[in-house]
Amino acid sequence: MDEKIPILRMGEFLLVTIQVDMHDRLAMTLQDDLTNRISKTGAKGVLIDISSLEIVDSFIGRMLANIASMSRVLDADTVVVGMQPAVAITLVELGMSLPGVRTALNVDAGMALLRKSLEANEEAEYGRRF
Amino acid sequence: MAVVSRETLPLVSEPDIVGARRRVRELSAQLGFSLVDQTKVVTAASELARNTLIHGRGGAVELCLLNGPRLGLRLTFEDKGPGIPDIAMALRDGFTTGSGLGLGLGGAKRLVNEFEVISKPGEGTKIIATRWK
Repeated sequence: MDEKIPILRMGEFLLVTIQVDMHDRLAMTLQDDLTNRISKTGAKGVLIDISSLEIVDSFIGRMLANIASMSRVLDADTVVVGMQPAVAITLVELGMSLPGVRTALNVDAGMALLRKSLEANEEAEYGRRF
Repeated sequence: MAVVSRETLPLVSEPDIVGARRRVRELSAQLGFSLVDQTKVVTAASELARNTLIHGRGGAVELCLLNGPRLGLRLTFEDKGPGIPDIAMALRDGFTTGSGLGLGLGGAKRLVNEFEVISKPGEGTKIIATRWK
């Protein structure tokens, strides 16, 4: 099974759209691939679009939380966008509230969030230098 | 209570979890479950299938469509694994013997209407989860 979820680069950000019903190993591969790509490209943000995902169980939830923590350690922000309402209801009932994972309703809102935090970081950097 | 249909799917490798999810989705849609209820029962099936595969070292799931007094879907996961020594403990959130979050059993229980765990150490585990329409 060599299938992979493509990771696209857009400026300082990496974009991932999960369009398949992921088996567990594919989720693990995505986690590793994303971490490697952040480190290689120096990306400042990761946007993960899960609008096509029909369920998020504890395994996929853990993968999303892991990606968020790993990217934070590598100085990148992660935003998960497009969660379907039925998925959100189920996830909370399952007992997962995805702490530490930033979310936005759609890709546009997610990109705006990433740009804003990038600008805030740059301003803070500028402030330190002068 | 009448059993309308009954089928069994193997749970011996990771792609089988995806297969079980897909079939549970089809059957719950066929029964006319709301989208939220479909999502809940599919998510429960995913947790329990993974449980059977990882902790039970593989097994099978039987999917039963029920009719009377209400329509329902009953999922019976069965394995011949090591069994669960303390079921009450295993149902508690945060309890895990693997690398997961420990939400599998307790979480799955919250997503269905009826939930029963029968387990004998050394003989295996049977988990019956039912969601009514």
